[in-house]
Amino acid sequence: MDTITQDAPQDGKDRNEEVELLSFRIGEHEYSVDIMSVREIRGWTRATSLPRSPHYVHGVINLRGTVLPVVDLARRLGLEAEEPSERSVIIVVDLEGRTVGVRVDAVSDILSIPRGEMQPPPEMLNDDTERFVRGLIVIEDRMVRVLHLEAVLPPGTEAAA
Amino acid sequence: MSDPMQEIRASFFIECEELLEALHDGLEAMSDGAADGETINIVFRAVHSIKGGAGAFSLDQLVGFAHKFENALDAVRAGTLSVDDGLVRLFFKCGDILSDLVRASRDDEPLDTAITDPVIAELLEVTGDVGGDEEAAEEVDFAPTALSLDLDDIGGLAGADDAMADLALPDDLPPLDIAGEPDPDEAAEQETTYRIVFSPEPELYAGGNEPLFLFRLLQELGKVESSVEATATLPALDELQPNAALLTWTLTLVTNADVSAVEEVFEFVDGLCGLSIEPLSDDRPEHPGEESGLPAAETTTPIEAATATPSDPLPADPPGTSQPAPAGDAGEETEDPRPAAASGAKPVAKSATVRVDLERIDRLVNLVGELVINQAMLAQSVATAGLPSNSPVSSGLDEFQHLTRNIQESVMMIRAQPVKSLFQRMGRIVREASTATGKDARLVTDGEATEIDKTVIERLSDPLTHMIRNAVDHGLETGEQRVAAGKPERGTVRLSAAHRSGRVVIEVADDGGGINRARVQSIAEEKGLIAPGQSLADQEIDNLLFLPGFSTAAEVSNLSGRGVGMDVVKSSISALGGRISITSTPGRGTCFSISLPLTLAVLDGMVVGVEDETMVVPLNAIAETLTLSETDIRPLGPQTRVVLVRDAFVPLLDLGAELGYRAPRADYVGSIALLISQEDGSRAALVVDQIEDQRQVVIKGLQDSYGHVPGVAAATILGDGQIALILDPADLIANASGKSAPETALQKAG
Repeated sequence: MDTITQDAPQDGKDRNEEVELLSFRIGEHEYSVDIMSVREIRGWTRATSLPRSPHYVHGVINLRGTVLPVVDLARRLGLEAEEPSERSVIIVVDLEGRTVGVRVDAVSDILSIPRGEMQPPPEMLNDDTERFVRGLIVIEDRMVRVLHLEAVLPPGTEAAA
Repeated sequence: MSDPMQEIRASFFIECEELLEALHDGLEAMSDGAADGETINIVFRAVHSIKGGAGAFSLDQLVGFAHKFENALDAVRAGTLSVDDGLVRLFFKCGDILSDLVRASRDDEPLDTAITDPVIAELLEVTGDVGGDEEAAEEVDFAPTALSLDLDDIGGLAGADDAMADLALPDDLPPLDIAGEPDPDEAAEQETTYRIVFSPEPELYAGGNEPLFLFRLLQELGKVESSVEATATLPALDELQPNAALLTWTLTLVTNADVSAVEEVFEFVDGLCGLSIEPLSDDRPEHPGEESGLPAAETTTPIEAATATPSDPLPADPPGTSQPAPAGDAGEETEDPRPAAASGAKPVAKSATVRVDLERIDRLVNLVGELVINQAMLAQSVATAGLPSNSPVSSGLDEFQHLTRNIQESVMMIRAQPVKSLFQRMGRIVREASTATGKDARLVTDGEATEIDKTVIERLSDPLTHMIRNAVDHGLETGEQRVAAGKPERGTVRLSAAHRSGRVVIEVADDGGGINRARVQSIAEEKGLIAPGQSLADQEIDNLLFLPGFSTAAEVSNLSGRGVGMDVVKSSISALGGRISITSTPGRGTCFSISLPLTLAVLDGMVVGVEDETMVVPLNAIAETLTLSETDIRPLGPQTRVVLVRDAFVPLLDLGAELGYRAPRADYVGSIALLISQEDGSRAALVVDQIEDQRQVVIKGLQDSYGHVPGVAAATILGDGQIALILDPADLIANASGKSAPETALQKAG
């Protein structure tokens, strides 16, 4: 359950309640996801590519016996994508019963912030990234984007079939 | 599932399924002319046990229907009703409704009485003239009626230890209803008085039985008076065991029901109590104390003994007591009525079975899958380490491989189930379809014991239902046409299952008129599925039936032709890794043949390399492997090529290009190709970069985690831990043919 999804727009909620976020880096950009949806973090392994898949889908990897689709977050967000390297990291997230891997450049920190400090992203039309960003937080002069995971992940079985 | 009642309820419904199966077996035997006492007894017992269990859970609708069904069966058993085709058909219908009711009760959704009422009416019609007492028994509800106890006897009870009263009588004992007693003056002349001495054993209470309910049932038969006393000397209060059975009831029942009805009340506690039922010539209740407290095994009543032989044609044969059984066995019978039904009521050694949660088996299957992968990884690292093949490690590894394979096969066998239950459901489909179309049809099944993976069986139900309906609706001719063609008026649909070379083949065959190929072709032309005026081979025309949007029925009938056609059947079979094909002979009938893998969990495949990827091609799809020479390859269109294989041209498909991994090559001379052969006879040469291995792989679904990938059936994990995709050659070829493959790939590349 993604607590941010539910509570962010409701000002009536306890604004001082702490939210824990896992922040990570893609190139120069800093993003974060709710730590409750993160299942594990693992190193890069070569993915088996899927034919006729969207360009941002790396393919599938073997996660202890299950087949895990991996999404390249940089490509998904339309950022400059580096080829995956040994140092790349896969964040395994659970979302509505689906488990998906997200490739990022590096995991940086665990942030604990009061809910009230999260700002909604400014409305900018014609910017695709807006729908991927759920909120913004400022930490020590750095801006960290809170990722809208559902929008990032590849379409599920229903859509693909 | 923490609620024990819920668990008991769940197991009751599982038992019901088994009982319904036995019921259908019996009816099947009856329709084949075996309407002997044993067969009817089996059917009767099944219905009776369902009724009994349903009563315990107050499933009134189910109880009511089962009761009426039971009455009709009882009449047959008693010989007052003779078995003919119509009656058997009615019984089948009752069996179907009973299944519906069981399912409806399980899901807590009452069944529409519009479905049950006509059948109930029919039942009443056949049983109506059986006897007056039947009417009294028609009471649908087993609504709790107040127990009428004589006040004097309660006094006697109170005379015993107060604690005792609490032990023996439930807290929810209804208020004593003296006013509700039937007026003795109204009693008809044929009323009999029975003296029933009932002394429960501790096992009776341990089994969850409740004397109060028995008394309530008795009360429905007539006027009951009861007295209670201690069975044995009462221990001192501080030594009293809370679960001990220390009471004996002496009941006096004035009823016009016969003795079997009285015994029926006690059927489920048979052997768990001391019981004697004696008719009294004198209406006066007597209380001789000396008989109470006899040990259970010795208290067979004289009446019961007289009617104990199963072949005895006496109508009074009490249900469920066809064999004088010792106390222990009788108790078992109540719990598990299945062995008697399944073995034709002949006592045979029970095959020990265990009910296991499917989830646990699946976990085991997954673990074994992991084991297989792990073993492959180990083998790979041993090979990489360069150990000689005669080293102890290598031979140990071979042993390990052997064992893993054995374990895997055993685990898969746990999941396998006979197709019988599936086939039985199809019997109903044929009956319904034949009623709806007015065609007389029967289902003949063969190979019911053939076992397939449970999931496959579940997912076969819909496609098979559709095919069976089609067979009756479209396949069979009308009765007149059949007679005119010199065939028996009654059509036959044959459903068979058999193991054939590592796969299960299920066939649905009808003895109808066969496919009208001219009409099929013209319809396909009309619907724009094929170009007009094409000359097609018979096989090709038959396969038009599988095209989406094809429906042969001139007018959409109620039964089939609801828009879901054979294409849906085909795709659900394909989803199971199966293939479907048709053979049809004009005037003789049509046969659909489904070939399915034995299991959904493992697959024998050929491991091939394409570009940087490793893929698995199911071995059963590969007819042979080819090395292409210059003379074999002929250009067809600007971007298409065909390969000459023994005087036949097959399309050439480049796997790497098909999957979009690379652009098609300029030249395929010297390439390795797999000749893919499909069930429908179509072939294609699939070019791969190299063939690496041939081995068994564990299937991992892609659907759940990612969704459907065109041309890909599933994934597997190789020895090096990498994932390899398992190809679906049929899907791949279907998507490639028509459009030229290299063109698509070029567009991708460009």
